[in-house]
Amino acid sequence: MSGILIRGASLVGGDRADIRIADGSIVAVGSASAESGDHVIDADGLVALPGLVDLHTHLREPGGEASETVLTGTRAAAAGGFTAVFAMANTTPVADTAGVVEQVEALGRQHGYATVRPIGAVTVGLAGQQLAELGAMASSRAQVRVFSDDGHCVADPLMMRRALEYVAAFDGVVAQHAQEPRLTEGAQMNEGPLSGELGLTGWPAAAEESIIARDVLLAEHTHSRLHVCHVSTAGSVDVVRWAKARGIQVTAEVTPHHLLLTDETARDYDARFKVNPPLRRAEDVAALRAAVADGTIDIVATDHAPHPDESKECAWSEAAFGMVGLESALSVVQHALVDTGMLDWASVARVLSTTPAHIGRLAGYDRPLSVGAPAHLTLVDPAASRTWSPGELRGRSRNTPYTGLTLPGRVVATVHGGVPTVLDGALVDAETVAAAAGTGR
Amino acid sequence: MRHLLSTKDLARDDAVRILDVAEEMAATADREVKKLPALRGKTIVNLFFEDSTRTRLSFESAAKRLSADVITFSAKGSSVSKGESLKDTAQTLVAMGADAIVVRHHASGAAHRLAHAGWIDAAIINAGDGTHEHPTQALLDAFTLRRRLHGEDARGRALDGARVVIVGDILHSRVARSNVWLLATLGAEVHLVAPRTLQPAGIEAWPATVHELLDDALATGPDAVMMLRIQRERMHDAFFPTEREYARIWGLTAERFAALPADTIVMHPGPMNRGLEIASVAADSTRSTVLDQVTNGVSIRMAVLYLLVSGTDGGRA
Amino acid sequence: MSARPVLQTADIGRALRRIAHEILEARRGDGRLVFLGIPTRGAALAKRLHSIVEQIEPGVAEAGTLDVTMHRDDLGRSATRAPAPTRIPSGGIDDAVVVLVDDVLFSGRTVRAALDALADHGRPRAVRLAVLVDRGHRELPIRADFVGKNLPSATSERVFVRLTEVDGVDEVAISS
Repeated sequence: MSGILIRGASLVGGDRADIRIADGSIVAVGSASAESGDHVIDADGLVALPGLVDLHTHLREPGGEASETVLTGTRAAAAGGFTAVFAMANTTPVADTAGVVEQVEALGRQHGYATVRPIGAVTVGLAGQQLAELGAMASSRAQVRVFSDDGHCVADPLMMRRALEYVAAFDGVVAQHAQEPRLTEGAQMNEGPLSGELGLTGWPAAAEESIIARDVLLAEHTHSRLHVCHVSTAGSVDVVRWAKARGIQVTAEVTPHHLLLTDETARDYDARFKVNPPLRRAEDVAALRAAVADGTIDIVATDHAPHPDESKECAWSEAAFGMVGLESALSVVQHALVDTGMLDWASVARVLSTTPAHIGRLAGYDRPLSVGAPAHLTLVDPAASRTWSPGELRGRSRNTPYTGLTLPGRVVATVHGGVPTVLDGALVDAETVAAAAGTGR
Repeated sequence: MRHLLSTKDLARDDAVRILDVAEEMAATADREVKKLPALRGKTIVNLFFEDSTRTRLSFESAAKRLSADVITFSAKGSSVSKGESLKDTAQTLVAMGADAIVVRHHASGAAHRLAHAGWIDAAIINAGDGTHEHPTQALLDAFTLRRRLHGEDARGRALDGARVVIVGDILHSRVARSNVWLLATLGAEVHLVAPRTLQPAGIEAWPATVHELLDDALATGPDAVMMLRIQRERMHDAFFPTEREYARIWGLTAERFAALPADTIVMHPGPMNRGLEIASVAADSTRSTVLDQVTNGVSIRMAVLYLLVSGTDGGRA
Repeated sequence: MSARPVLQTADIGRALRRIAHEILEARRGDGRLVFLGIPTRGAALAKRLHSIVEQIEPGVAEAGTLDVTMHRDDLGRSATRAPAPTRIPSGGIDDAVVVLVDDVLFSGRTVRAALDALADHGRPRAVRLAVLVDRGHRELPIRADFVGKNLPSATSERVFVRLTEVDGVDEVAISS
């Protein structure tokens, strides 16, 4: 029974341990010795994290294969230390039927780099008019538990109420893209002094905060679970904090880019910094960091949004919203939260693995790095440092906002269900991964 | 000064120099031969993604008076409307030998992107980008104002102490933005007037005094009142209720015009909505500089083209 | 780099008075005289010549300036030059004898530009050239009609003309 032996990794609690993996599971933690045929990884100086889980990924397949596919997106995920991604529904066709979500889930299983859990659309075609067949998606082989019209807000309050009520039957959650549409018509960047100066239509914080405020009250009224996507303002943090204090079942996510970048990046009209919700003020960044540290914000999710070059090499208002983030997420979190002393590695494991898996009802992540648990893990070298460039990316698109920044940390190895997807900092080739995933090694 | 993208980052000395060179350019209009050979052999491309006959003709006329070759590229009906990117269009034009590109674009920042994205190496002149800036308009306004204030003695001078009231849709106006920065740089005292709905975010930090009512601003006794064009469509987005109400509160009506100090000049970047933001009696009076502004536009654009294109140093004279 | 003085205040004054007399002598009887100085120092010299001529034959001459920047042949090869004002006297230049005035005659390129610039303003009966210093090294078939001082020089040397109106002192110097 050959497996993988990881020698001398630092566990998030601080202890050093060997970890042995066989048959897709963790079979030993503590002191272990290699058995014949074991692949041995020297993890001296590396931190062992549970496999990261991204609750907010755009894989673009079907329909957007020029930007990303399930294969390229999960390779990017593996390179970033992720072993599971939740794929957003805004594909073409929209993931609003069991057929589409099953297809996406199956592609993920076939390629083997990461578990792909499709997110189902809340409304047919993301149009906000009619509920999609949420039950059919939930009971499909894709086991959809997260529903979102991401990219669009479920703006109609009645539709939102019904969705919250309806998904409760399947233990589902509505992940809301909180953006009041009338307040953000033509919006291009954070509304503030800079939008006024640059002549770019403002995206006011109140357009996000008012929807979150409405939705938490609806969640309270319906006794349902609400998840708030990409919280971006200090005011939103206050609303979520207030809701949690009232016992409302709300969870919230923040993206790595909202933890690091501000609206000042728009000054050069470089559309790599154009994202929705927009980058906000430094005060918002500070509030978001503090909210992750105090638990008000539950998770970090990438909102990995690949776009081809031509969608960014144009005037700002004509460019697409979004930036890629899978490969850089852990480094940005280390830079913004760990190296600033606001978060320890155990909390990183919580916000980037355990809690997102729990919100998405993804099994296998509740007892990370313990004997008998599925072998999803990533080894990180926190002492490494990289000057970021598109060369660090492994997906199909290059729209990273971090080019030129020095970011800490590097993923050295990723193991998904016992299958190494990254070794020595490099992706394992697709055939090897697919073959290993197929045999369930 | 390699490009002219905005007035926000235009230094006072550079601004005064442009105005001074424009004085020399203006002087050529009275000569037997109105053409100067300064840009012979240079190619200026007018790249217009947005219709603007006035601005396009003004730049064309300026380039031709300097003996440059002019290529006008109107994006409508061209490959641009068929999905060619800004980058590809610009690279094509430079491959055709453009020394300078005059760009008018409906998107804020388009000129800035052309200048700084590293796609092309040509002088970029912003002829209006979205709701951001329209620097040559502000320069010609400053030139017009300086001539009215200082006459023959204008060379070398700025606008210190001049009081200018700018009225209307500041939120959507690139002319207002460019004027605020330039007038402030030149030492003028700027007053802005608009209902709150038409004031941009952060206006309180601009180098200007902000008024909500026109009468409050006119009470300061301005040297110039600049009326901005108001688009009638704005009322459909609830920026103001009706044209009648807008004209009553923010229009330069005959009564308000009559009450102005006798030497206050009236400016408008054109085209005017008579009866809405400006009454005909004001627009047609001798104190209106509307036509001067058009004439001066050519001189300013000649100066800008000359300074950016003629030397080897991008205009450091 | 040391500068060797060549002309002092009195020398400059003498040279200009001589030139003024020569110009009047050479004038074809009835022609109006228009002195056009090439900015910056040529403009000051034109003014001086005009006032000397005024003392000798009042009303016979006018003075102005002619900027040649836009007509230079090296515009695209050097740093951007800001143009200086051109002031053509009210009588214009048609049928007048125009005397172009500059401080130093060197390659002749400035004078060529001036001839072009002049054509934009009309058609003089004749154009003459007066310079304070001719230092040689012509690159064009141009010569001065009236010269304050011929100053043989090496191309590596620099000739400085300083005038009270511009520099606060009257002096011509040469340095290597």
